[in-house]
Amino acid sequence: MSKVKASKGGAPSLDMTPMVDLAFLLVTFFMLTASFRMAEPVVVDPPASHSDKTLPDNTILVSIDDIGRPFFGVSNAEAKVATLLKMSDKYKVKFNEAQVKKFGGMSSFGVDIKDLPRYIDATEAERLKFQPQRGVPNDSLKDPQLSDWVRYAAQETNGIYIRERDKAKDAGKDFVGEKVRYAIKADAKSKYMYVKAVLKTFTDMKIYRFNLITSLEGGATKPAEPGKK
Amino acid sequence: MAEIADDGGGHKKGGKKRAKKQSTKIDMTPMVDLGFLLLTFFVLTSTFSKPKSMEISFPAPPDNPKEQPEVKNGLNIILTKDHKIFYYKGQFNAADNKEGKPATQLTETTFSSEGLHKLLLEMNSYAHDEIAKLEAKVKNKQMADSTFKRLAIEAKGDKRALTALIKTDDKATYKDVIDVVDELNVCVVGKYVIIDMSAPEYALLTEKIK
Repeated sequence: MSKVKASKGGAPSLDMTPMVDLAFLLVTFFMLTASFRMAEPVVVDPPASHSDKTLPDNTILVSIDDIGRPFFGVSNAEAKVATLLKMSDKYKVKFNEAQVKKFGGMSSFGVDIKDLPRYIDATEAERLKFQPQRGVPNDSLKDPQLSDWVRYAAQETNGIYIRERDKAKDAGKDFVGEKVRYAIKADAKSKYMYVKAVLKTFTDMKIYRFNLITSLEGGATKPAEPGKK
Repeated sequence: MAEIADDGGGHKKGGKKRAKKQSTKIDMTPMVDLGFLLLTFFVLTSTFSKPKSMEISFPAPPDNPKEQPEVKNGLNIILTKDHKIFYYKGQFNAADNKEGKPATQLTETTFSSEGLHKLLLEMNSYAHDEIAKLEAKVKNKQMADSTFKRLAIEAKGDKRALTALIKTDDKATYKDVIDVVDELNVCVVGKYVIIDMSAPEYALLTEKIK
């Protein structure tokens, strides 16, 4: 293998072929396994915990930033598009075909549905500075947009889950899909009352089980506390 | 390096034309550099992309919201601003209660291992000890993993195990709540709930942090 031989010229030459092979094999592996996530509209730095459970893939996510604005996102692109269409009907906000398609590939957003068409058309850099970005309105009486987003998204994702399960059943295959989970990702510095308001939106819909997203203890968020196991 | 044998037909046809023997070796260093650069990039980005999560269930609202849940062996953890944490044990007793019990006092503690961690281990010693015993059995292969899981849940749900009630005011941060829940998980407290503070508790807290 890596044999160093002194050639006639005097300069030693090393056979690098196996190393190159290995490097590119690993590159290919990581490229294929890595899943890219779209940039989030805000930086949400979750608190640390000892929990090592990874987040399920099929989620409806509400992120809460440090000043308490809720952001909404669905992991399943198909359900996301269907949810947008339902919301468009309910709130009488028109979206063209290109916008609907673009929305399917977007990460979470935190704008009023009236501003959403403009938000979708914006470039990724513009979205960071988008105004007004006050979070998805979450007023259970006057403006229950967050609640509607969650309700429709839950309906759609469950619908897709059942459809795929039945399809797999008819085809006689094993079904590997996951049921939708409700994930909350709140910033460590966020006041608990904002999180409570979002939780209330869920519990009002009789959704009681959540996955609270945390970073692993000893990570960048917080130094590991001494004496903890 | 990748060498292509060049002792082939070239010589037979016209040795004259080639004045100098050209090397067919390719310098692969830039390719290797690029390969490892990409490799490093993907290793670093993919490892940290999967977020961790904590599963938690919230209680359905009670039918009669005015009724405080009756708790045996309970610990009330009260969170407030500036990462302060108070607790009291058992039921809340107002200063002028009819039964003549001593009025509830809030005790301050800390998030350190000497504070909340120690307190929880002390109060949850039953479940903690039971689970430690079960773990030892699993280690000695006297018990199956599934049996362990079932018995561990039973131990956590036992009457003698601790029930924790986490209460926050408007100024408490999310990080504190997660820190407490995490500490409860570490101390194998199976029964805990995050609920609203009652008015007398809030009055007591305001008095305390004034």
